[in-house]
Amino acid sequence: MIQIEHIQKTFDGKEVLKDISGEFAPGRPNLIIGASGTGKSVLLKCIVGLIQVDQGSVMYDGRDFTNAERDLKTEIRREIGMLFQGAALFDSLTVEQNVMFPLNNLTKMPMAEKLERVNFCLRRVGLENANKKMPSEISGGMKKRVGIARAIVNNSKYLFCDEPNSGLDPQNSIMIDNLIKEITEEYNITTLVVTHDMNSVIEIGDYILFMHKGIKVWEGSKDTIANTGVKELDDFVFANKLMRSMKKE
Amino acid sequence: MKSIGKYFLFLRLLFVNRERFGTYIKRILDECVQIGVNSIFIVAIVSTFIGAVTAVQTAFNLVSPLIKDYVIGTIVRDMTVLELAPTITAIVYAGKVGSNIAGELGTMRITEQIDALEVMGINSASFLVLPKVLAAMLMYPLLVILAAFLSIYGGYLAGTLTNVVTAQEYIYGIRIDFNQFTVYFALIKSVVFSFLITSISSYKGYYTSGGALEVGKSSTSAVTSSCIAILLADYMLAQLLL
Repeated sequence: MIQIEHIQKTFDGKEVLKDISGEFAPGRPNLIIGASGTGKSVLLKCIVGLIQVDQGSVMYDGRDFTNAERDLKTEIRREIGMLFQGAALFDSLTVEQNVMFPLNNLTKMPMAEKLERVNFCLRRVGLENANKKMPSEISGGMKKRVGIARAIVNNSKYLFCDEPNSGLDPQNSIMIDNLIKEITEEYNITTLVVTHDMNSVIEIGDYILFMHKGIKVWEGSKDTIANTGVKELDDFVFANKLMRSMKKE
Repeated sequence: MKSIGKYFLFLRLLFVNRERFGTYIKRILDECVQIGVNSIFIVAIVSTFIGAVTAVQTAFNLVSPLIKDYVIGTIVRDMTVLELAPTITAIVYAGKVGSNIAGELGTMRITEQIDALEVMGINSASFLVLPKVLAAMLMYPLLVILAAFLSIYGGYLAGTLTNVVTAQEYIYGIRIDFNQFTVYFALIKSVVFSFLITSISSYKGYYTSGGALEVGKSSTSAVTSSCIAILLADYMLAQLLL
């Protein structure tokens, strides 16, 4: 469980996050949605500690991450896996070395065990035969899957995904969304997904936090998102023709 | 002043919350190849020609019959060991290695690879930069020794092939009144310069923000700042140690 309380962040006098609170439970995908520039990615980076919050706190299973000493922060971070928008694979390493990277640097596992774990994770994301490929030799969808494999290889308790299906075709997007959902449920991980893709909302939106101009406007699930009566959310959800026509039906 | 303060805080980051010692060994060896062995060619070319040009130009300026030809060897030796090998090679090294480091780290920053390391709980500055700094401090003095040898040899080749000095005179010139402290001085300079080049370039690359354009700017800035730092350090070391 991740709890955020009264998060505030200002950049150059501009308030980007205004008093945001929420609870993200394990075993289900938790989505942070909103239009571009609303502060979703900043919130995610505040939660993982890449950006220091001005006020408020982030708790990982009751452990205060915001005010933690360096050792506790490192301990919590080693329980975190993150899929970045561009996958953030290390260019100079093969797919196998990328996935093995956390094991090499954070554990003392024997090589055979590491290889077994890497192969298991690559199989889990459907990339059995890509071990020796370089990141430049694989597609965007495959990079995202390698990113997911790297994020879960260390048995992460928390999984963060920043725009996991940006730049992907609809089929690959759905495949990535479902993979995140399956992994979250299978390993009971606390997963946070930042997205502005309504397909993801429909596909895996078990818990949704909607942000608008740095403020949490609404929270709920995909079952109730269409009938909230919240103008900003309706503008976001029914922005395209297909959604509008579905609403009329 | 703010940048200088941030640079010193960055240096501190390299040593706090370090990874296991074993983690660095392979990375240092890789970096030794990347920024040491791969620089041999350019260093060899530059130093050989600098030595050759120094010999020819010294001969051109020695018009008095009172000055013996062996002085050409002595001048090439002293210029090479004191200044050309450590300092001019450092400028070339800043251009090749400094821009490479800043570009590499800048690209890692804008593609979120550095963030990925941080999220894993790895001290990215220490993990990425410390091996580069240590590898350069190990390899650059060796490159300076090679540069000094090739520069003196370049002077020998140019001098003897153009008949401005005989082989015996040149060798006599490079051996006469030799002060071995100049070699220690060159090695001290090489360690300081390599630290400055790698740490400044890493700092510029590590704090890149934006896109491809900013990576290019960081690379340029890394070379410029490294060159200025080299020249300042060169003057200060000369004042302190000579």
